[in-house]
Amino acid sequence: MDSFMAQWVYTDTVKDHFMNPRNIWNKDENWEPDAMGEVGSLACGDQMRVGIKVVDDKITDIRWLTYGCASAIASTSMMSEMVKGMSLEEAYNITPDKITSALGGLPEHKFHCSVLGDKALRAAIDDYLEKNGRENPYKKSVARIICECKGVTDQMIEHLVVTDQAKTLEDLQRLTGYGTGCGKCKAKVEHEFEEMKHIHGK
Amino acid sequence: MGRMIYLDNNATTQMAPEVIRAISEAEPVVYGNASSMHTFGREAQKLVEEARANVAELLDCQSSEITFTSGASESNNTVFMIAKSIIDKKGSGRIVTTTIEHPSIIETVKYLRKQGIQVDQASVSADGRVKMDELEKLMGPDVVLVSVMTGNNETGAIQPIAEISKMAHACGAMMHTDATQAIGKMQVSCKDWDLDYLSCSGHKFYGPKGVGVMYAKKGRPFEPLVHGGEQEHGRRAGTYNTIAIYGLGVAAKLAKENIDEESRKLWAMRERLREGIVANVPNVVVNGCKERENCLPGTLDVSFENVEGESILLMLDMAGIAVSTGSACATGSLEPSYVLLAGGLDIELAHGSIRFSLGRFNTMEDVDYVIEVLPPIIKRLRQLSTRG
Repeated sequence: MDSFMAQWVYTDTVKDHFMNPRNIWNKDENWEPDAMGEVGSLACGDQMRVGIKVVDDKITDIRWLTYGCASAIASTSMMSEMVKGMSLEEAYNITPDKITSALGGLPEHKFHCSVLGDKALRAAIDDYLEKNGRENPYKKSVARIICECKGVTDQMIEHLVVTDQAKTLEDLQRLTGYGTGCGKCKAKVEHEFEEMKHIHGK
Repeated sequence: MGRMIYLDNNATTQMAPEVIRAISEAEPVVYGNASSMHTFGREAQKLVEEARANVAELLDCQSSEITFTSGASESNNTVFMIAKSIIDKKGSGRIVTTTIEHPSIIETVKYLRKQGIQVDQASVSADGRVKMDELEKLMGPDVVLVSVMTGNNETGAIQPIAEISKMAHACGAMMHTDATQAIGKMQVSCKDWDLDYLSCSGHKFYGPKGVGVMYAKKGRPFEPLVHGGEQEHGRRAGTYNTIAIYGLGVAAKLAKENIDEESRKLWAMRERLREGIVANVPNVVVNGCKERENCLPGTLDVSFENVEGESILLMLDMAGIAVSTGSACATGSLEPSYVLLAGGLDIELAHGSIRFSLGRFNTMEDVDYVIEVLPPIIKRLRQLSTRG
């Protein structure tokens, strides 16, 4: 099987998590989450749902379901292993980078497939805090500034996409003024915008 | 190593043993440049001309109408550049094609549009066949070239080329077809279809890779894409790829001999596979053509609801079965197959599409093995799926 398997573009860890995914949300298990998050859509080619159980602000258990390619399945599986036992704050700060390096890397064009896992998890944590009527103290800590001149963060872009305020790049520029300073951020903002639209099925 | 089953014959085929034998025997002895006058050169030239005669026989045309290229992509590019050249000279003119052509045409169309050339594309119905009324409306006296593929690589849909050819000629346009997927699977006749140009590739019918054919009817305009030498009567520069051309010729001869029997066998396997999948896997949609006469006999494209194609492909790969998918994830783009979308297929179903393409070396046992292995894979992936 060796020469055949050698042609896989995925690492052994990715293969393992794809073929033997951990913490699957088995429908017969009657597992009841404390909170749940879902991102993506079938039309975009990937969708993830994450359920968590929380005790003393620690994730004690996690289940997930993924519609998507091998990278998406393996990323969610790996993420689910990584965050078990983590505090909500730590879990909120999990990034696609951390997940992909734990997987031993993904092919470059597959990187975007790994971005949903942490987003679904964050959506679940948001849901947990909201259900308990609590402020979300973690949101700010993970905001990434993309346009420095105008202080546009990935979260702002995500919010504008989710709420349908920014349907086009023109909308986004009108609302945030991105790229009107030094202009260096343009490509990055546009990439982020497309990525968010993809993730949220817009 | 476990069982290995190759069901990706529309991507490329395994070379026929007869081809391998022929080129292995020729390779060590026929190394002269086919353009040289000496004995070595003439020996090489003889193989090239033998291949040309075989191809002409297969395509039902004259040997002198065949030009060897590096493959169908080059042939397609050459034809479109000839049309561009005509339009440039006249200062007006238009090209008509479809939305489901091979990327070597789709991308050439984008390039030509950037150069200011008008290209219109007719769309297709759910069965993958071009909408004839739409095509008819696009015809006009300003049309220089009409280009419609014979059989589609994804859906297997066969287009009525002879009929389209009539339409094209009625308005004074030239007719081209990219017959790459059709060669060896159905009768293709440059004469009966009244074609002006045709493209195909050796590796799709059990010949070598990197060699293809462009047919140009006698007297039709020709401009080389590759300049630099007098090979192929100045139509295509570059030292003859003698051995590959010879191999293509052998493959053409085999295709000509076996075509009817092979088509029957491919269709029987395809139908068994289709029936087996539909009977054993719930919630599947068979994409594209339905009737035998409108479908490349070895092609079966199926969408599995609520599962993503690349996952299926990789699971099948682990089981030793090679297929392809129209899912976006397999290509790295965010868009699934434009061919399936062009036929109006739901985008979610396009992401979950798998193409099985059978070939000469597949057997009914291969088909039965797929029918055995596939249902648990789909079931497993649906258990993981948010929509399972």
